[in-house]
Parts: sequence; C-alpha cells; structure tokens
Amino acid sequence: MTTDAVQERIKELEERLEKVEANRSNLTMVLFSGDFDKAFAAFIIANGALAMGKEVTIFVTFWGLDVLKKPTMTGAGKNFLEKMVTMMRPKGPANLPTSKMNFAGIGPKLFNYMMGKKNIASLQTLVDTSIEFGVKIVACQMSMDVMGIKREDLIDGIEVGGVAAYLGSSFNSNTSLFI
Amino acid sequence: MAKTTLDLKGLSCPMPIMKLAAAVKKGASGDTFEATSDDAGFEPDIIAWAKETGHPMSGITKAGKDITVTITKK
Repeated sequence: MTTDAVQERIKELEERLEKVEANRSNLTMVLFSGDFDKAFAAFIIANGALAMGKEVTIFVTFWGLDVLKKPTMTGAGKNFLEKMVTMMRPKGPANLPTSKMNFAGIGPKLFNYMMGKKNIASLQTLVDTSIEFGVKIVACQMSMDVMGIKREDLIDGIEVGGVAAYLGSSFNSNTSLFI
Repeated sequence: MAKTTLDLKGLSCPMPIMKLAAAVKKGASGDTFEATSDDAGFEPDIIAWAKETGHPMSGITKAGKDITVTITKK
C-alpha cells in the first residue's frame, strides 16, 4: 500500500468510527409487561442511561400501558368490552401487581414498604424523573385501540406512535431491551 | 469556576447518579462538584458514569460508609 492509500483508508475508517460513536448514544426498550417489578427495572435502567447522557426511547405496548395510565381513568365513552378491560386492569404505577409474590395485591404494598424504608425511589418518581430528563416514551397506538385506551387516559409528557417510531430509534441504538 | 457540594447520602441507586448528573448538567465548564454518597454501589457507578460522560473525576475518598468524589465538568 502506498502512503496515500493508507492515509485515505485511515480517513475512511475515522469517518466510520465517528458514525458508530454517534449512534452509541442511544438506548431503546420495549416495555411489554405491566408488572410492577419489571416496570421498575425498566425505569431504573432508563434513568441510569439518561444520567449518563444517553438518548432513551421506551416503546410501551400491551400490558405495559398500565404503567402509563392515569389512576383517574374511567370507562366513560367506551364500549362494553373496553369498559370491562378498563375496569379489570390496574391504572398507574401505584396499582400494579408484582410478577412474583403478588398475594392478591399485598405483595406490591410489601415491596413498596421495604423499598421506602431503604429510601429507594418509587416507580412513580422514576417515571416522573425520566420524563423530566427527556426520555422519549412512545405508547403503542395499536394496543391502545385494542383496549380502548384514549390519549387522555395516559399521563402527559409521552407520545403515541407505531412500531416504526420505535424501530427508527432502535436501528440507531446499540442497546435494545425487551421487558 | 463554581464549586458545588452535593450530599447524596441516604439515596439509593439510581438517584445519586441522577442528582449528580442533573447538577453537572446545570453547571458550566470547569465547575467542580464534590459528591458524597453512602450507597454501596456508588463507587463503581460513578467510575462508569465519569468514563462514559467524559467529565474528569479526581480522587475517591472513603470515610466509613461515605464515598466522596470530585467531578470537574468538561
């Protein structure tokens, strides 16, 4: 290889490295679960990444939408099946079941008590902090349609979108989690 | 070059890092932040955080459970 060829190659590699490093800044997650403990893990990771200066996108679908519901959500204006789903599903971080040791709703209260004693932030605080730090939360439009969830049933500071909105971020990230 | 002291004692992961990141974000280049935490995970966390964000970290001192580090905003 001539010196010119080597230098050209170095330049080309530097440009590629720059591109790769620019994309390193992203973390994307799919939050599928509406379990308290799993949502907790998702938002701990999201907050950590935000603190490290990363861009974070969370695509929230199916049961995960329970995390984003306002506790005041009602079945008003929904059809019979949507009303039933609205009634049966928990609404908001304070009302979620745990994936293990739920004990008909006593489990989460127990964990909240134990976590509070150790001064661990609540799920509600983690959600609020992540929004404050600029997390991009995308609620899945299709899941919302299926379960009759309206935009106003969910908290402020989030977007509603489709799978392409998530994938657009995911293709530009080097970390992607399904929770 | 302002110097800020952050008392992060009593907070658990990820709050010490969140509070420090928020303070550093608000500060200007060259400002220093002295943070103290008694969270056992703080030391590896702050080392990883400083490495990833590129803000230089100088000296980790330990007194009992307390871990104190100084970060200079790049």
